[in-house]
Amino acid sequence: MIRSRDQLGFSIRALLRQRFRTLMQLIAMSIGVLAVVLLTGLGEGARQYVLGEFSVLGKDILIMLPGRKETSGGMPPMTGEGTRDITLQDAQSLLRLPEVERIAPLVVGNAEISRGARSRETLVLGTNSAFFDIRHIQLARGQILPELPLDQPSPVCVIGTTLKQELFAAEPALGQWVGIDTYRCRVIGILADTGTGLGMNMSEALIMPVASSMQLFNTEGVFRVMIDVRSAMGMGVLSRQIEDIMRERHDGQLDVTLITPDSLLKAFDSILSVLTFAIAGIGAISLFVAGVLIMNMTLITVSQRTAEIGLLKALGASSREVRQLFVTEAVMLSLFGALLGTLLAEILLWLVRIRYPEIPFAAPLWATVAATAIAVGCGFLFSWIPASRAAHMAPVTALQHQNGK
Amino acid sequence: MSQAKSAAAANTALIHVQAVNKTFLLGDEPVHALNDINLSIQAGEYLSVMGPSGSGKSTLLNMLGLLDVPDNGQYWLNGADTVPMNEEQRAVYRRSHIGFVFQSYHLIPRLSASENIELPLILAGIAPAERKRRLAPVIERLGLGSRAGHLPNQLSGGQRQRVAIGRAIIMKPRMLLADEPTGNLDSQSGAEVVQLLEELNADGITLVVVTHDADLGRRASRRIRMVDGVIVSDDRTSSSDAQSRTDQSDAP
Repeated sequence: MIRSRDQLGFSIRALLRQRFRTLMQLIAMSIGVLAVVLLTGLGEGARQYVLGEFSVLGKDILIMLPGRKETSGGMPPMTGEGTRDITLQDAQSLLRLPEVERIAPLVVGNAEISRGARSRETLVLGTNSAFFDIRHIQLARGQILPELPLDQPSPVCVIGTTLKQELFAAEPALGQWVGIDTYRCRVIGILADTGTGLGMNMSEALIMPVASSMQLFNTEGVFRVMIDVRSAMGMGVLSRQIEDIMRERHDGQLDVTLITPDSLLKAFDSILSVLTFAIAGIGAISLFVAGVLIMNMTLITVSQRTAEIGLLKALGASSREVRQLFVTEAVMLSLFGALLGTLLAEILLWLVRIRYPEIPFAAPLWATVAATAIAVGCGFLFSWIPASRAAHMAPVTALQHQNGK
Repeated sequence: MSQAKSAAAANTALIHVQAVNKTFLLGDEPVHALNDINLSIQAGEYLSVMGPSGSGKSTLLNMLGLLDVPDNGQYWLNGADTVPMNEEQRAVYRRSHIGFVFQSYHLIPRLSASENIELPLILAGIAPAERKRRLAPVIERLGLGSRAGHLPNQLSGGQRQRVAIGRAIIMKPRMLLADEPTGNLDSQSGAEVVQLLEELNADGITLVVVTHDADLGRRASRRIRMVDGVIVSDDRTSSSDAQSRTDQSDAP
């Protein structure tokens, strides 16, 4: 009975002394594993990124938009074509409900911000102090909007870092005045650099009290109202209560839409999960192709080495030992290939993470484990079959293989 | 009755073959490669098997070496009935009792000369230290000392065949089966290989050589000639082995 150490040595020598073939198989296997790990890593990164964007909103938030579209399923309308505006009084009235803790109305528009000779067209958000808390917005310096009654304008604003850079460069901005179209306000706070959130690049935004922004944009209605709920329990009941209030205030007509980030999140999550699985599927196919390549290589190897198999049997190796030698070789090869592929994929993901630090690209553990398992499984199965066949040949037939060639 | 007799003969002879047949299908045509062969070989004999191509001499050698099994008949090797054995048991028997020397050497190209010689020891699961101990005298005897680390393609034909012989004898088998051992060699390396084989025979190993080469065949003390799967002559020059002369008369 051959010793397992000698068996390993025999296989390692077979791999090391046939470098070209070994290299080809190694490349095939590692590319297969690389594809799976890399693709799922990218897909998973994208999914985590989108989920993270939504989780900024928090779970206990309802969003009310003007207009209503009766659709069965799918996403609610993001831009309402309201028959009637949601006014600040509408928003204020929601605070009557004991379950509603805070509300943050939101008015969005573009305006030209100027300071001295510099000016720039940018995003203007009109809201209140609650908005900062609800959206978890951090300040680099200064303070957030003051707590004012919703309908009271005030000439103050908070600006994003990019905007501050563009208007003030290195000069201090706090306490300075900026022009917003025909309006003027004093900078009281600067946002911390938190990047984008829900598609809005906050670093380029200017945030001002909602009443001021409504004057600026000459509008009666708000773009949306964020409603911070005391507890996520009974979201459905609360939605109906809010709808009741709005129907009452709008002459019996329900012309607002309520959405929960949760439902959006779920919609996105299932879409992105499908995406991740699709990507993993593509990876699995490439892995399978690599497996078939290994099978072909093993088939060629085995038929090239049939005479060797015959010889080993003539020298007294049993069929089982012969098969083990070839299977060990293939499994070792696919294991090394899988390790190499995983390593390469991790390096590539790391490089991508350096390039795009805000997106958490990382291969999920299951993908790495599954890819390695499939690689080793392919190596095992696809070497077992031809090796078994060769090992069961009569030794004399196997030996004559080379003579007859 | 005949069972008892063959068992008795098997106990005395190293090889006892009785009424063995082997038929191949060559296309649709059945070829009777071994036709009712009876043969006994005593330990230490030097035997050559000659005959035209297709006479069944290689088939006989393969069967003697347990590389092939007869369709029917009996084959006793070293007192054991080999026909009922399965392939795994035959493998073990081959390993410990039989050494093969092939015309085309059958060395593993990626293994060095000494690794090729060591292979049967590895397959037998012998510990590395013991392997080294057994390897050294064999390599020395073959005169391969300086070439032990070379790969087969760096060796001459004669050296390769000596490596193959080293591999065949490393397990100290009772019997050496050589199929055209000089077929691929020039006359000088052929002579060296024959000399080596005959030295091993002189040391007591049973040597069976299959060959086309009449000069080589004539050197053996016992010469078998086969035609169409039948042993047509069995001559011996040696007088030392009178007892085995009766074997041929065993045939019906």
